[in-house]
Amino acid sequence: MVELFFVSFRHISISGLIKGWSGLKNYKALLNNSDLIATVERTGIWLVVVVVATMALSLPLAQLMNAKFRGRKFLRYSVIVPWAASLVITSTSWKWILDPYYGIMNNILMNFHIIKAPIDLLGSPDTSFIMLLIVGVLVSLPFTSYVLLAGLQAIPHDILEAARVDGAGPWKGYWEIVFPLLKPAFLVASVINAVYVFNSFPIIWVMTQGGPGYSTDTTTTFAYKIAFRDQDIGQSAALAVGNFIVILIFIMLFLKLSKWKELDQQ
Amino acid sequence: MERVGPAMSLNLSLKSVRRIKGTTLSIVGLLVSFLFLFPYVTMLSTALKPVSTITDIPPSYLPKSYIWSNFIKVFQELPFGMYIKSTLIISISTMVLGLVVAIPAGYYVARNNFRFRTPFLLLVLVTQMFSPTSLLIGIYREMAVLHLINTYLGLILINASFNLAFSVWILTSFFKTIPVEIEEAASIDGASKFQTFAKISLPLAIPGIVTTAIFTFIAAWNEYVVAYTLASSPSKQPFSVGLSLLTGYYEVKWNYLFAGSLIAIVPIVILFISIEKYLVSGLTAGSVK
Repeated sequence: MVELFFVSFRHISISGLIKGWSGLKNYKALLNNSDLIATVERTGIWLVVVVVATMALSLPLAQLMNAKFRGRKFLRYSVIVPWAASLVITSTSWKWILDPYYGIMNNILMNFHIIKAPIDLLGSPDTSFIMLLIVGVLVSLPFTSYVLLAGLQAIPHDILEAARVDGAGPWKGYWEIVFPLLKPAFLVASVINAVYVFNSFPIIWVMTQGGPGYSTDTTTTFAYKIAFRDQDIGQSAALAVGNFIVILIFIMLFLKLSKWKELDQQ
Repeated sequence: MERVGPAMSLNLSLKSVRRIKGTTLSIVGLLVSFLFLFPYVTMLSTALKPVSTITDIPPSYLPKSYIWSNFIKVFQELPFGMYIKSTLIISISTMVLGLVVAIPAGYYVARNNFRFRTPFLLLVLVTQMFSPTSLLIGIYREMAVLHLINTYLGLILINASFNLAFSVWILTSFFKTIPVEIEEAASIDGASKFQTFAKISLPLAIPGIVTTAIFTFIAAWNEYVVAYTLASSPSKQPFSVGLSLLTGYYEVKWNYLFAGSLIAIVPIVILFISIEKYLVSGLTAGSVK
């Protein structure tokens, strides 16, 4: 127990350490960094697009995973693979698929006559960030849809049945009866997913290293670059404090949503 | 007969509607499955290609000839055995250390209603949200002070502490499901507190312990950022780091690279599927039910 307390508190003390080293000078340097504003904006887009798209897609996906049909087990196991597999390996594979010369994505796009000549999807700032967003959504979906699936399975069968028979039409019945019951799962999945997405490092690092230039960096990879490539620990720590605060906000949200007082009484 | 006719045909058409619906769902399900498996199928296809055809332009979807021996040759072509050894050392030690800390902690929390229990559980939960990425500089400094940079021990300690939240939560909920009456009966029979724990509660919590062990093992197996930052010598690098560095070289032997990756993925996916049931409840800590 003592050791556990020690470890739990240690994370907090690390942030204390971070604050200890970085004076106002580092914050000034950070604010004067010409790439900062674009990176912060991009991080916002990254967070919002990936989380919104993930949540919007995981609802029908969870529904599909819950429906009865031949091959459902196969679907459930397929969805779990990107969750279990190392993100580094998955991202490496996507990088290879998107390779301008040897990757098969260009092949597919050309076979479907979407493009005429091979393009370097990860090479130009416009397309590379879009590719990262797509991969980000694909690797986030397993967790959120499994949480929603658990939520769906917890809804009593007769309620689902009633929603269908009610005569209000399946669509209306779904939004008025089923979705409100799923809402807690939906909100918790969103917040936890937002934390994962915000912290996400391997996808961007493996596929583009934030490049070309700084064009696909988020504050997480940017902080890494400043610290371990440019060796400006102070400035990076200042940014890390910013990141830390963002995560704290998410945690407050999570605590508000999770009704933690009841949670201990189970 | 005339009356039965329409009823029967109605029955039939209902059946066929249901069948069509089932088939449509199956097809949609299969397409969605393929989308998720796509990167891994590509890896398999690339891993089986002969090395000379890897850089064909345009690339072929499937190998022209299937070279299964690539899965064995990867051990000679790449320092794959070394990476696997490091990954195993780190993952197994993380798992053991995690259990040693989390089992007593989970048991204590489940059985004792101490002051600040709820805040304590919350604090544990919150630590899960701070990924090592956001605390990397702090971790690096801390490890430098402790002289643990580029050591297995450093990585093991960090992995174990970042996975404690999940472990303690899962184990607490498992110990809670064991009725106190069983333990009371044992103590009436003269068993000491420790005997009760070791002989009664521990065996009953085996499913929870296995889940925790597998989860910690996988998390350590897949960990990247910390190892990437701390493990500078190749002999200390786990697979995730080794792989990402290998792709940076000018001439990448992608078929071997992906053969190795698949060897590293397949057991993990199987383990993961085996604990699927408990994952969601552990990661969302009871807030979903």
